Amino acid sequence: MAEISVSGRLHRVAETNRASVTFDVDGRTVVALAGDSVLTAVLTAGRTLRRSEFGDGDRAGFCMMGACQDCWMWTADGGRLRACTTPVVDGLALSTVPVGEGLWPRPA
Amino acid sequence: MKAQADVIIVGGGIMGASAAFFLARAGKSVILLERGLVGQQASGTNFGNVRRQGRYLHQLPLSNRARDIWLRLPELIGEDCEFLPSGHLRVCYTREQADKVEAYANDSRAYGLDLEMISANALRDRYPYLSADLVAGCFDPTGGHANPRLTAPAFGRAAVRAGVDLRENSEVTGIAKAGEDFVVEVAGQGTLRAPVLLVTAGAWGGKLSALFGEPVPLTTHGPQMAVTEPLPYRIVPTIGVSTPHVFETVYFRQVERGNVILGGSTRGPASNDTNRAAVLPDNFLGQLEQLRRVMPAFAAVNVIRVWSGVESYLPDDMPVMGPSVTTPGLYYAFGFCGAGFQIGPGVGEVMAELIATGSTTTPIEPYTIARFAGG
Amino acid sequence: MAPSGMRAIIVGAGPAGMRAAQTLVAYGVHPVVIDEGDRAGGQIYRRPPAGFVRDADALYGADASKARDLHAMFDSLRDAIDYRPGTLAWNVAGDVLHVVRGGVADALPFDALILATGATDRLLPIAGWTLPGCYSLGGAQVALKAQGCAIGRRVVFMGTGPLLYLVAHQYRKAGVDIAAVLDTSPLSAQLRALPDLAVRPGFLLRGAKFRAGLQAAGVRVENAARPIAIEGDGEVAGVRYRVGDAERHVAADAVAVGFHLRSETQLADLAGCPFAFDEATGQWRPEADRDGRSPRVGVYLAGDGARVLGADAAEAGGRLAALAALADRGIGVDMGEVGRLRRRMATLDRFRRGLATAFPWPADLARAVADDVILCRCESITAGELRETAIAKDAPEMNRTKALSRIGMGRCQGRYCGSAAAEILAQVRGVPVAQVGRLRGQAPVKPLSMGTAKGKES
Repeated sequence: MAEISVSGRLHRVAETNRASVTFDVDGRTVVALAGDSVLTAVLTAGRTLRRSEFGDGDRAGFCMMGACQDCWMWTADGGRLRACTTPVVDGLALSTVPVGEGLWPRPA
Repeated sequence: MKAQADVIIVGGGIMGASAAFFLARAGKSVILLERGLVGQQASGTNFGNVRRQGRYLHQLPLSNRARDIWLRLPELIGEDCEFLPSGHLRVCYTREQADKVEAYANDSRAYGLDLEMISANALRDRYPYLSADLVAGCFDPTGGHANPRLTAPAFGRAAVRAGVDLRENSEVTGIAKAGEDFVVEVAGQGTLRAPVLLVTAGAWGGKLSALFGEPVPLTTHGPQMAVTEPLPYRIVPTIGVSTPHVFETVYFRQVERGNVILGGSTRGPASNDTNRAAVLPDNFLGQLEQLRRVMPAFAAVNVIRVWSGVESYLPDDMPVMGPSVTTPGLYYAFGFCGAGFQIGPGVGEVMAELIATGSTTTPIEPYTIARFAGG
Repeated sequence: MAPSGMRAIIVGAGPAGMRAAQTLVAYGVHPVVIDEGDRAGGQIYRRPPAGFVRDADALYGADASKARDLHAMFDSLRDAIDYRPGTLAWNVAGDVLHVVRGGVADALPFDALILATGATDRLLPIAGWTLPGCYSLGGAQVALKAQGCAIGRRVVFMGTGPLLYLVAHQYRKAGVDIAAVLDTSPLSAQLRALPDLAVRPGFLLRGAKFRAGLQAAGVRVENAARPIAIEGDGEVAGVRYRVGDAERHVAADAVAVGFHLRSETQLADLAGCPFAFDEATGQWRPEADRDGRSPRVGVYLAGDGARVLGADAAEAGGRLAALAALADRGIGVDMGEVGRLRRRMATLDRFRRGLATAFPWPADLARAVADDVILCRCESITAGELRETAIAKDAPEMNRTKALSRIGMGRCQGRYCGSAAAEILAQVRGVPVAQVGRLRGQAPVKPLSMGTAKGKES
């Protein structure tokens, strides 16, 4: 039985008996459940997904259905993914802030 | 509404709007007629490069004149149009092309350009995100970029403040010369008269010049433009691939808000009958391929929008600028071959000077419509 | 045209797309079905990932048997269709649909394109709506249905429309603390709509039961509520609102907000379908005849992506669109079935009018959005910046306003700001909202990776 976080924004009310998935957010190890979207995985353990580019604070998704595009996150190696429509997988490494200059645009 | 002015200008893109502005400052009364809204066509849909590098040498005096205006935009028109003098870098995949670029760097020195050739190693140092296949680059520290959607409208508003009678949603349905005056019919407004007519109607300029016995072999094409999502602001100069192959010619510029504007490669169809232009999906995918080639990191990020516009070309890659050959009082500035944005304010100032004083200090003889006389 | 030779593509695998596929297969056509999701179902019949255990009753409540039937039916079609999940249709050019899957583009020529692209929540900005913890009503439902999660521990449901009560009910049943249900529509509007809503008595009854159940559980249910702000320091902490002259506050850690639905019409726009303004809902939608035919030859529209009528209408509309596509290609169809479906749609259209009466789009709220409230979430452009640009730069319509203010230039391309932006612009210009037009669609309909490679057939 996986550990269920109680400090996250999203709160599990069903389907808790699933295999665990281990991944990274901002260098911290997080445990989620197989079948979670990245959004669910990040927000059951934490409070936000990303920092808004334009100074209005953090964002934590909105539509959950791939329409509002508010949940795009950086992967730690300089890639992009839409959190609500991407399944979480073991070993995924994410960043809630834009990655450093060496990672995007990465050297050719 | 007035029915008479010193000058009637047909076409409210950057050429017409800036010409109107400068004519008003020279004390002329101007009616500027625009069928839609100012700056909606090529002036508003182009890439936004504010560059001198790469222009034909004969165009550099005009480009230099325009540059002076770009540097003074806030003082002149009250807005900066997001002009960012962040430099312009051209890069090459072959030694042969690098040699051409270097020859240009040498030749353009006499016209005031101070270009810096950059070796492959130096490119990798300064712009590590650019392809390791590049053999050389050439940098113009005075280059930059601006927001084309804002620029012509800004000149339009400044023109109005300077006293120009700017009429949008005003379609010209007929023009004739009657005695000393041009008689211009405007849908829903009756006729207007002026002793001077300036045609700055872009892709539609040829239809008007043909009315005066001066047809030109104008063709239309659509630039294939795209923009990314906002990204960390890290690409400072405008960057373009210099190559003889159209499909390889891609360019990009990042704005401070973070979006990267992308353009180039195979152009798409555009019509000055339907006034529509398209981004062909196949062109777009080919453009992405070339963009990934010059900057592999593009593969990681997203395009959120594409667009095109109706740009006009002449077969010798030069615009039509200057007085009519057939009709006194008639002037032209159209057909800028996809390279009209940076020179736009300069074109306006030159045409205003020409009209107001009878001559201009900036050489524009190569652009005379006379070169197409005799078919 | 021989059915087997007809190149039909359906975009969307919700109830409309699934029924369209079934109908085409019944006549010997083998359509391509493009589904952005990984499992067919669309929104209302969305299936959780494989391995989740709740059954259809738990997931879909009163709609469980419909859901089961649809899913089983679609699964049985698989050998007869070219089903492409995880695939985005990003553009239409000529008679070719452009799709991408796994970073590889493909170009699919069609004789008939059935767009069953569904809908999203319709939003208007409320102060604080970008705070972490604020989600759309649809989003709150997806979290529960597809991920087994609540968006918070104490949730305010706010806005209007049947979804407001449905999702609040679903959360209550899941044991989540409901802080309040705040409906911007007055109760009188809902009463006035009863004759039209009564054409679907089951629906009406359920809505009443949801509401009664919430009230019986002690949940504060308010009508004619006017949101003032979603409050909190860096994340949702509560909602302030007004009812009549009284200003009220409710503490919460999450808000689910939505004002009924808006159709996803970007592909119809790119395909060249003409649009018309629908006064009842204050929205533009692609024109279609009663069978879903667009005046743009070869394109058919079905489900909430054409006109928001709900899942039952989507099923009927999907069948009708498929029958129209067949008939237009000279394939004889059962006209009795067509007649029956048309009558069903007409009944459901009356219901749609009832919904618009019962749960009106609060245009006045959109127009009253304060200057400092973010209107465009993607670009963080405030309502005040829109007003200022529209006035100072004399923007007469939406596309010009977009070019000059950046509203609608973000990643979502105007999905969540477009409705309210049009209301505000219309107010600034002093014209009816239809007159400011609508944002012109530009490809790609959703962000497209620059890593996308040409497929071998492109």
